[in-house]
Amino acid sequence: MDGFTNFLKSLALWELIKGMGVTGGHFFSRKITVQYPDEKTPMSNRFRGLHALRRYPNGEERCIACKLCEAVCPALAITIEAEERADGTRRTTRYEIDLFKCIYCGFCEESCPVDSIVETREFEYSFENRGENIMTKQMLLAVGDKHEAQIAADRQQDARFR
Amino acid sequence: MTDTVLRKSYKTHWLIILLVTAVFGTGAILLGVQYWAEIKSIAILYALIKIILIVAPLMGAVAYLTFAERKIIGYMQVRIGPNRVGPRGWLQPIADALKLLMKEIIVPTNANRFLFLIAPMMSIAPALAAWAVLPFTDTLVLANIDASLLYILALTSIGVYGVIIAGWASNSKYAFLGSMRSAAQIVSYEIAMGFALVGVLIAGGSLNLVEIVQAQQGSFLHWFWLPLLPLFLVYFISGVAETNRAPFDVSEGESEIVAGFHVEYSGMAFAVFFLAEYANMILIAALASLMFLGGWLSPFEGTWIESWFAWVPGIFWLFAKMSLMLLFFLWFRATFPRYRYDQIMRLGWKVFIPITIVWLVLESAAVVLKIGPWFD
Repeated sequence: MDGFTNFLKSLALWELIKGMGVTGGHFFSRKITVQYPDEKTPMSNRFRGLHALRRYPNGEERCIACKLCEAVCPALAITIEAEERADGTRRTTRYEIDLFKCIYCGFCEESCPVDSIVETREFEYSFENRGENIMTKQMLLAVGDKHEAQIAADRQQDARFR
Repeated sequence: MTDTVLRKSYKTHWLIILLVTAVFGTGAILLGVQYWAEIKSIAILYALIKIILIVAPLMGAVAYLTFAERKIIGYMQVRIGPNRVGPRGWLQPIADALKLLMKEIIVPTNANRFLFLIAPMMSIAPALAAWAVLPFTDTLVLANIDASLLYILALTSIGVYGVIIAGWASNSKYAFLGSMRSAAQIVSYEIAMGFALVGVLIAGGSLNLVEIVQAQQGSFLHWFWLPLLPLFLVYFISGVAETNRAPFDVSEGESEIVAGFHVEYSGMAFAVFFLAEYANMILIAALASLMFLGGWLSPFEGTWIESWFAWVPGIFWLFAKMSLMLLFFLWFRATFPRYRYDQIMRLGWKVFIPITIVWLVLESAAVVLKIGPWFD
């Protein structure tokens, strides 16, 4: 008897009609599409996008060339050269991040003792020429200057978890 | 630099084309209006105008069917579909057509050049030619021939040659496999489809589509979909299989054989295959509405609200029924996963053909013994 009802059910296309009911129901449901350039999804304050080097409020760069980030970087994307400046402080002469190698893991940010290297919320960038993937120290500092308010606010919001 | 220069030249190019078409178009229309009597007396010219009046809206319908497909399937997948070109995406099919027109048609080195280029034409020609006998109302029909049903069956079968030749001439294993699959599939489902149509012609008592529709007069319940329900289902599902639409689209199964018989085609040659596929879809929808859903007959015929809809032209009902059938094509595609190839063959040969034969026997008995309310 069970086999017979199954036969009748398949002859009446029962399962297929049920399936069409599901898709038909979804036709009228609210659409989840986010129309990207016009609409954006909310972003975490811990978002890891383009890197930046920060400065102290007095304009002095934070980085002390301890090279912890270079050491911790799993993709070997960071290259640092350093020397003693005229005033006796240790500073980088070269700080470069290869964005093709970088995997945006955020280890550099975590390892930094002076909160110098950070990852910003900037993620809409592209390269048009060969070599533009290397972020030099000047470029990183510029990114930091541009986003300092946002960077500081994000760090402040996260402070009690660090 | 080069980019901007190119874009500029294209712009003027299109402006010139638009201007020339506009000038010649208005000129032709004005001339046509002025010499209408003479044109009517030249049979070929008159027929040509009638053909254009059918084919041009058909092409528009195909374009907007692709748009409807993308929108409806998008909605069923909880997306919103194309909405960037023009208001709410309404110019999307125009943009697609322009893109395909401007693309290069690449002929593979080892392909048979002649057959490769003639295959799309062999695909589209029957798809368009079948429209010649399709009645839109009792009087609005290009060629009201006696055996129009037979003519349509014959022409839809010819369409398979385009697919086979395209697959063979491409000299590519995927194209070849795809064409073999779709050829076997189309041939198998043609039989079930033919049997379903035999049921229609027994019930309608004619091979002429106009007379078949007229035989359905009476009411919503007199249409053949109810007495011939199994045949209607078999016909429509076979129609889906005939046009190689999901879930019977093994001939282009992306996951297995890339794109099937049209992998090697690009540009307009590719577009022509798609034109043929969608024109066939519309044709199947039109035939289903003519033969099973009462064509241009009002669905309120014989009920008390009939007079409310008396002002609606019959062609509107036909188009509404066709749209409903086309919606089912798209709905199927959004719902069902692709059939496995051997299951398709099993369904065609071991399920559909027996069902149609059983129903044909029952129907013939009913007609001969004059039982059943529908064969009076």
